[in-house]
Amino acid sequence: MHQTTYHKASSAEDAAAKLGSAEDGMILAGGQTLLPTMKQRLAAPSDLVDLSGAGLSGISVDGNTLTIGAMTTHAEVASSADVQRVIPSLACLAAGIGDPAVRNRGTIGGSVANNDPAADYPAAMLGLGATIVTNSREIVAEDFFTGMFSTDLEEGEVITSVKVTAPERSAYAKFPNPASRYAMAGVFVAKSAGGVRVAVTGAGDDGVFRHEGLETALASDFSAGAVDAVPVSADSMLHDIHGDGAYRAQLVKVMAKRAVEAA
Amino acid sequence: MSEGIGARVKRKEDKRFLTGKGKYTDDVRMENQAYAAFVRSHHAHAKLTGLDTSVAERMPGVIAVLDGQEMTADGIGSIICGWAITSKDGSPMNMGTWRPLADDKVRYVGDAVAVVIAESPGEARAAAEKVEATFELLPAVAATDETLNPGAPQVHENAPGNLIYDWELGDAGATDTALAGSAHVTEIELTNNRVSPNPMEPRSAVATYDEAEDHYTLYTTSQNPHVARLVLSAFYQVAPEHKLRVIAPDVGGGFGAKIYIYPEEITCLWASMKTKRSVKWTSDRNEAFMTDAHGRDHVTTAKMGFDASGKITGFKVDTIANLGAYMSLFSSAVPTYLYATLLSGQYNMPNIHCNVRAAYTNTAPVDAYRGAGRPEASYLIERIMEKAARELGMDPADLRRKNFIQSFPHETPVIMTYDAGDFDGNMDKAQAAADVAGFPARKAEAASRGKLRGLGYSCYIEACGLAPSKAVGSLGAGVGLWESAEVRMNPVGTIEILTGSHSHGQGHETTFAQIVADRFGVPLDSVKIVHGDTDQVQFGMGTYGSRSGAVGMSAIAKAMDKVEAKIKKIAAHQLEASEDDIVIEGGEVKVAGTDKKMLWHEVGLAAYTAHNLPEGMEPGLKEGAFYDPVNFTFPSGTYIAEVEIDPETGTVEICQFTAADDFGTIINPMIVEGQVHGGVAQGIGQALLEEVVYDKQGHLMTGSYMDYTMPRADDLPFYTIEHNTTVCPNNPLGIKGCGEAGAIGSPPAIINAITDAIGTEDISMPATPQRVWAALRKGASDMAAE
Repeated sequence: MHQTTYHKASSAEDAAAKLGSAEDGMILAGGQTLLPTMKQRLAAPSDLVDLSGAGLSGISVDGNTLTIGAMTTHAEVASSADVQRVIPSLACLAAGIGDPAVRNRGTIGGSVANNDPAADYPAAMLGLGATIVTNSREIVAEDFFTGMFSTDLEEGEVITSVKVTAPERSAYAKFPNPASRYAMAGVFVAKSAGGVRVAVTGAGDDGVFRHEGLETALASDFSAGAVDAVPVSADSMLHDIHGDGAYRAQLVKVMAKRAVEAA
Repeated sequence: MSEGIGARVKRKEDKRFLTGKGKYTDDVRMENQAYAAFVRSHHAHAKLTGLDTSVAERMPGVIAVLDGQEMTADGIGSIICGWAITSKDGSPMNMGTWRPLADDKVRYVGDAVAVVIAESPGEARAAAEKVEATFELLPAVAATDETLNPGAPQVHENAPGNLIYDWELGDAGATDTALAGSAHVTEIELTNNRVSPNPMEPRSAVATYDEAEDHYTLYTTSQNPHVARLVLSAFYQVAPEHKLRVIAPDVGGGFGAKIYIYPEEITCLWASMKTKRSVKWTSDRNEAFMTDAHGRDHVTTAKMGFDASGKITGFKVDTIANLGAYMSLFSSAVPTYLYATLLSGQYNMPNIHCNVRAAYTNTAPVDAYRGAGRPEASYLIERIMEKAARELGMDPADLRRKNFIQSFPHETPVIMTYDAGDFDGNMDKAQAAADVAGFPARKAEAASRGKLRGLGYSCYIEACGLAPSKAVGSLGAGVGLWESAEVRMNPVGTIEILTGSHSHGQGHETTFAQIVADRFGVPLDSVKIVHGDTDQVQFGMGTYGSRSGAVGMSAIAKAMDKVEAKIKKIAAHQLEASEDDIVIEGGEVKVAGTDKKMLWHEVGLAAYTAHNLPEGMEPGLKEGAFYDPVNFTFPSGTYIAEVEIDPETGTVEICQFTAADDFGTIINPMIVEGQVHGGVAQGIGQALLEEVVYDKQGHLMTGSYMDYTMPRADDLPFYTIEHNTTVCPNNPLGIKGCGEAGAIGSPPAIINAITDAIGTEDISMPATPQRVWAALRKGASDMAAE
């Protein structure tokens, strides 16, 4: 690991200020991606601003809407009675992220801000039409995720919470990469009064995306059978040693079917 | 006898391992210790044109930056391969030069060109990043099936066409004739995938040069510290043997990768002399993926002929073996004498011919990995047997039974003489335990859930107990493969066993003590096993090739014979009886049929006080022995895998795995079962999950666990384990060996189960979900086209 200077922020505003005065600072949330990357010497921030004391953890419920603090861990989301009651698919997704160590340190804000193209939470955020709340504004998920490892966050902007409203039915199904256990294809389906949203992670070559064909088909017939007739193109799918585009396209269909069955 | 041979004694060493009190090389802290970090090539093939160390030398904490030219100038020798293979035209193998620090060319990603010695690991690494190496890039070749093609980039100047040797075993003419006259010939083409050993403990070294004594001490992660000392001394000119102590303390797994002497250990020793500091290096996981010797990597085509009744007429094999960029210590022997010699499998085969071309590529060196050559043979034989059975419309078990060798000793056409076995018995036990009769019902039930279920056999045989020294010497080995032991009985009756075997997970401290407890009736706790230190143990050839039971324990048994004889002489003298009437029982030395006896410690005390010994007897009670085996040993077994495949995703689930092994005498069934579990896990890893991938330019694509799939607990099934014992007639304890069997026997059972389930032979290891799905899709489109 390269040398770095550690700061503990007392609030989101304090974090933004500390970040602003650093030469090349980064926010430390759960550290489950950043710290291994630093240990590999692939990231070398001059300063780390730790949010663990910024009061950003916790889950509140208002009717059908959950507000989840940015520093809430995956384990807390998975085991929250409120999440399990209001949006069970989200608790289930959180319970399947990484391993126990990752789930007990990793946070929803960190995952969303990193926007790893194979992470689980971005699919849920996009599938649920979540709102990402920062220290300065609110951003809808469609605008927030702007491509692989890329978001609409500006310099010094700090995620404080995410807001999600319960759909009528929803579920997430993922096929893990055999080596890393990240999603090779993870599909979040959500049916609401306004229609059906299908968000795909792990498979696309530019990060999480919504699949219009699947959404249209499922809007008129929310059944696994409806998925069969939908063409899923191998173009713009990721291609690596674990799976080519055609295989990932197949997995997107199969995971979509399994998610619909589970919803 | 509750602690003797056959007892399920819990491992003595586990208390320290499970409580974090083991002492591994990286736990060694020397005074004045500095740290090494290596500057490595990111290119697979390049000429080193410059090395600017000026910035690195001024970095904080840096003690020295040393390079290959300096090492060459200091007379440090090149790394050698210890087994000379002669090509079929009589020419010697083409061994290219391997410098511990490259001084001219780099030939694979990870090849080291310089080393930084600094006060802390972080400072060493930071400075290593600032060493400016400049390279002139050269075209590279990585693929096994491309490196021998005309025009392929040349890895070593003295190996034209990248050919190391072109070797054969068996009778080509007779085999061709037999195949031509066969009623049926089955052909197969297959790849044995390259895998990375991944011991839990990475390689590590701590080297100390004592200037006053002109003496070196090396702590290192070695499976064979005496061999390390021998090679470091005789070939690398680090120091003569009496001025070099090598200690391999607790070692966390080896699987072959820790047999060899690598550039890093040599460099640490040299650097400790240059800097007058203790120098420590511990590999990180990325370095381990890059530089630990890989295993397997064969491409093979083969034909097997059958007569009208299904009896094998001949077997013809053509293999290309990728040995990587340099020839590691035993690399040349793995695809020849550890591979082709096992091609008869468990079967009567009148004719066999095998041709092997070993080749250089711009990849990490390949050497012995759990099984070493025998898994490659077993995979080939058992895949082609299964394919043949399907082509002949025979039950795969029946075809095997029809061809099983029934009488022993049995001489194969490829050198080996099998001494004992019961192949039908192995098959009987496996079939019963796996409930093969119930398989059709299970398959139908799986089909009702949309799953494809398959069953696959593997009947493996291997040669271990390496090895009769004279025999391996005649085949080109540079060393003898005996083992040595010393048995010391102390004046208080406790016993120390000094062994040249080395335990790095095998549980020697328990099993070796069990044979002493068994022989003398003394408590297990009164026996200590000493190993892994060249200053303590007289000599040894180390642990690999499942040799520590059959060879290492035989040496102990032989030394115990001598101690027992002396004990009897002392007791006969003191008890005024005939030596022939003395018996050792339950820790007492008695005169048979009388109440006259000496307590165990009284014999020890008598030997060391020497107040009343027979006339002319030397005091003390300490005997040594060297044991050289007369033959290899031949463990065998039948493995049956049952898998279920999800046709939508290609995922393979192992529903049942049954192993029926014949390991000869079993000292500790619990430890033996653990060896089967571990070996089968590694075999399943190779069959379903693991593969080292290089791209066309020789870049390593699987440099971390993000891309290299190590088996996890939830990838593996529960195992059903049976033993079908025939005793090895050629060593004192009747042991055959068990360390590698699981890794040798399991991959073909898994793949045969998959091909049975999906109805096509067109699948390679590892059978990843993507590959299984693609094979199913291809099968479906082929069927549609017909």
